[in-house]
Amino acid sequence: MLRSSSSRVARSLLVILIVTFAVTAMLSLAPGSVAGVILGENATPDQVAALNEKLGLDQPILVQYWNWMLNALQGDLGNSAITGQSVTAAIIERIPVTLELAILAVSIALMIAIPLAIISATRPGSRTDRVINAFSSMFLSIPAFVAGPVLIYLFAVQFNLFPVNGWSRIEEDGLLLNLRSAFLPALAIALPEVASFHRLLRTDLITTLREDYIAAARAKGMTGSFVLLRHAFRPSSFSLVTLFGINLGRAIGGAVIVESLFSLPGLGQLVVTSISARDITMATGVVVFTAVVYVVINMLIDFSYGFLDPRVRKGSTS
Amino acid sequence: MTVTAHASDMAEPLSGGTGLAPSNDPLVPASQKTRSVMVYLSFVWLGLVLFSALFASLLPVGSYEVPIGRPRQMPQLGSLEMLLGTDQLGRSVLARVIYGARVSLLVGTVSGIAGFVIGTTFGMIGGYFGRKIDAVITVVTDALLAFPALILLLALSSILTPSLQTLMIGLTLIVVPTFVRLSRATTIAWNSREFIRAARNMGAGNTRIISRELLPNVLPPIATYLPIVIAALIVAEGSLSFLGLGIPPPTPSWGGMIASGKDVIANYPALVFIPAGVIFLTVFSLNQAGDFLRVRLDRTMQD
Repeated sequence: MLRSSSSRVARSLLVILIVTFAVTAMLSLAPGSVAGVILGENATPDQVAALNEKLGLDQPILVQYWNWMLNALQGDLGNSAITGQSVTAAIIERIPVTLELAILAVSIALMIAIPLAIISATRPGSRTDRVINAFSSMFLSIPAFVAGPVLIYLFAVQFNLFPVNGWSRIEEDGLLLNLRSAFLPALAIALPEVASFHRLLRTDLITTLREDYIAAARAKGMTGSFVLLRHAFRPSSFSLVTLFGINLGRAIGGAVIVESLFSLPGLGQLVVTSISARDITMATGVVVFTAVVYVVINMLIDFSYGFLDPRVRKGSTS
Repeated sequence: MTVTAHASDMAEPLSGGTGLAPSNDPLVPASQKTRSVMVYLSFVWLGLVLFSALFASLLPVGSYEVPIGRPRQMPQLGSLEMLLGTDQLGRSVLARVIYGARVSLLVGTVSGIAGFVIGTTFGMIGGYFGRKIDAVITVVTDALLAFPALILLLALSSILTPSLQTLMIGLTLIVVPTFVRLSRATTIAWNSREFIRAARNMGAGNTRIISRELLPNVLPPIATYLPIVIAALIVAEGSLSFLGLGIPPPTPSWGGMIASGKDVIANYPALVFIPAGVIFLTVFSLNQAGDFLRVRLDRTMQD
């Protein structure tokens, strides 16, 4: 266990190294150099060269990467070429919005998916199950950029229940207004996840319910719902955790769309605006940050198997 | 060891869009009746989209660039051009939807197949040879998977000038790791079977084992993921176009149509609902087709 987990950490570190190098190298190739963005289009080649030297951009990519990494390890991701804002500060300022969206989206998805999956699994193949499956497949095919405008039209334009766009901060407007502004965007991200959670949990529960120990529990005279929740549901929560990590990547992608659509001040919006504005330092910082967070979360999820499921602790997980 | 035992390995993150494939456990009854009707309708819709995309220039729908009347007209019967109304500039929405289908299908299919070929090649090489080659391939795959798909596409769009080719390169890049993982797991599973050892003992070389023994077994189950991958790619392309970073105008794309319609959604909902409906139906149909193929293929693999 210890050896496998340390090699897992080493692998994640290697991945992070490759990822950061690839992003810094890639974005340093971007047309419209940093100096060009700062100095404007009328800069003379001499001015550009001077600024490049000052910023260290005339050095080889490996040296640039080394310097960038040294600073990044100290929490300094550089300053935006356009606004001059510190990239680290910009990221920290925007984390809460994206985090709240992601958490809310996954919670909504689970709140819908778990009851549906339990209903499906108790009577697989029944008419209710088939109807739920049909809806679940439909949800899977609704990307955020389709769900967003449609939800806006239904709930914000027609019924005026939620704001069309904008973000209310908890500190200023209170929790209720904040949730009201976050609900539609979160729902837009949540829809396809409802489907993937439901599919997985349904398959899982049906398989578990055929196990011998379920029959034994029933034979002891335990009630159906008790067996379902305590004996069958718990092992399935294990696969839900895995899926959570996979879906998180999708949620981040969804957040990019939804934050642009609803004009929410989150990380996704920051990526889009900095890339459209050719703010390379900012873009590098945010892209690297998202990738590293994603790697770390998936690594933690791998570790959590051992805690959740004793069967994993010993066996080799090839 | 059967492939089914590796089903959970094969359920790969396709963080771009549609698809986590839950393990196809044969014990779970597939809901047959509704499926057949929906699958049938899905194939009909896909055929329709494919037909109109292929023969777009022959259909009497006019050009997607030239205005045909007043802007923002409601859908109306009568002429085919006006069937879905006009957009903000007075162009035929039907023509734009059809030419948009061309872009989406082309990008999705070409990148999907390119990713399939590249990914399966590397996955099989890694799975078959193991050791160092496998380690390198796995780490590179992990690095590619470290990016949420849309973020990777956005980063790519900042260094490549948006065009059809660069879009396809980016989209290929995000599906390669999926196919690497799928084919690697499947190759490892088949590679431990008796007939592979028998072939090796009879003196077959690596090339022969890979091409004659492994390939016919590995390809079909992986290929059934193609419709789902193409659906995810269409979603990814739509997301990029929605953000204005996809194929540059005036070439129509479904995502771009939603983006331009969303500002006037309160008064002209049709401008959003029509492309949204088309994307939904296409993605849904591809997912249905993929599920259908996978379930069928799993059945045949049982015996």
